[in-house]
Order: sequence, then structure tokens, then C-alpha cells
Amino acid sequence: MLDPPAKYKLLYNLTPLIKHILYSTDKGVSPLSELYFDESVILLNLEGDSKEAILTQMGQNLADKNLVKESFINAIIAREGEFATGLPTGDIPVAIPHTDVEHVQQKTISVGVLKDPVDFGVMGDDSETTPVKVVFMLAMDEAHAQLSLLQRLMQVFQDQHTLQQLASATDKTAIKHVLDEKLNAAALEGGE
Amino acid sequence: MSKKQVLVACGAGIATSTVVNNAIEEMAKENGLDLDIRQIKIAEVNSYLDTAHLLVTTAMTKKEFPFPVINARSFLTGIGTEDTKQQILEELKK
Repeated sequence: MLDPPAKYKLLYNLTPLIKHILYSTDKGVSPLSELYFDESVILLNLEGDSKEAILTQMGQNLADKNLVKESFINAIIAREGEFATGLPTGDIPVAIPHTDVEHVQQKTISVGVLKDPVDFGVMGDDSETTPVKVVFMLAMDEAHAQLSLLQRLMQVFQDQHTLQQLASATDKTAIKHVLDEKLNAAALEGGE
Repeated sequence: MSKKQVLVACGAGIATSTVVNNAIEEMAKENGLDLDIRQIKIAEVNSYLDTAHLLVTTAMTKKEFPFPVINARSFLTGIGTEDTKQQILEELKK
């Protein structure tokens, strides 16, 4: 785990980047306005013996709610196989599986907290895996929105305290509150 | 000094490369570098073999290219961002 000064430095270094992107892409419009995000897209104690099993469960949940097309499930598994999205973010590694916008009906982020970590490939390194504990499945309906959302999520990834909160949460509402707060706080900081 | 062409690529060319693209723009500004930054899909790299100086990517690639390839994952995790920036700067100052 990073010691506090190092963590502070990383956040400090990243803040101008995040602000720049928020200014240049969102033009003050609330980024969460059209985002579908409630307890029904948060899955706790997910169990599976492979990343494919986890992605299938999360994707099927979104398809059942008509937030994505059925084709989303295979597309996201294929994309993960080709371009891994696991991120070794300290004690709580995460993954950000996503795929092309054509499979998405309504923009959402599904959060899956795994009962036991499951290995995902590390983004940009096909020889490494990372034991992922929290999956943020991005179902974006436009590339533009995916960018600003990634910026906000990056702040969460760098915050071990928040990742611990998410990983150890026992009810969905707690997770919803944490993310509502974090994603909105980032938006306000960079807004007009 | 002529403009150096930097390729920024991810699997789809729409998500993580956008994040990295902005990071490199900021870095170039801070360091007074005039760069020709191209945000592309990793599959499109072949079109730039003759012109690019550097590839910065979040997508893995096994191919050999005639220019250096730098992994940009740190821009997403925040871990090692400074090292990656230094790596990029060193390549561009060559």
C-alpha cells in the first residue's frame, strides 16, 4: 500500500489532468444526469471460477434489465480476452471491462464485489494477471461519456480507503452512497 | 526541431486512450514540447509505421515496431505516473 505522502503526490499530480478533461469535455453538464445507477446494478458476493463467469453474471444482469443487448455479454468477454482491463491498484485490484457502444441500451456502471478474488489479465501486459476484487463494468452509449466517467473512476482507484469501503460493503445502498458521493464530488470539482 | 508524432492507442480507440491522450497533451504543454499526437485504435498502428516516433498504449501488443512502445497503464491507476512521464519525455528528447 502507498504511504500517505506518495498517495498525496499521485493525486496532486493527477488533479490538473482530471480538471482539464472535465473542463474540456463536460462543459458544466452534470455527467451523472443520464447514468442509470442504483442498487439493481450492484452485485455483492459474486462467485465464479473465471473472469468469464463473473462477466457473464454481471452482463446478464444488465441484459435482464434491458440496459444492454444480449450481444453485450459475448462482446465484453471477447474484448476482455483481447484487451485485458485488470488494474493492479494496490491491495484491492479492480477491472474496468467495457465494449463497443452498439451493445448498450442505456448508460450504466455495474459494480460487482467478488466473494473471492478472480484473476483478470493486467491492462497492457499479457503476461500478468491481477486478483480482482471489485469489477466496474462500464456500459457506455457514447465514447465521450466513457472518458469523463473514467476520469472519475480513476480517483476512486487511487483511493485505497474508498476501495476498501467498496470491497467490504455488506449492503448495496452503502456502495451506491459511496460512489454517488465520489463521482459527483469529482464532477463538482471540475465543473463550472 | 520538427514535430514528433506520438501515437496513443487502446483497444477501441475511444476510452482509455482518450485519458492518456489528454495526459500527454498536458505533459507536452508543461514541457514546451510541440507534438503531433494521434489517438487511434491499436489495430491502426500499422498505418503510422513510417511517421511515428513513439507509441503510448494501454492495449497489449506483441508486435515489434520500428519505434519505442511505452505502457500507459499508470495514467489510469495513478501508480508510477511520474516514471511513465519521464520515460516518454526521455524518448521524445532523443
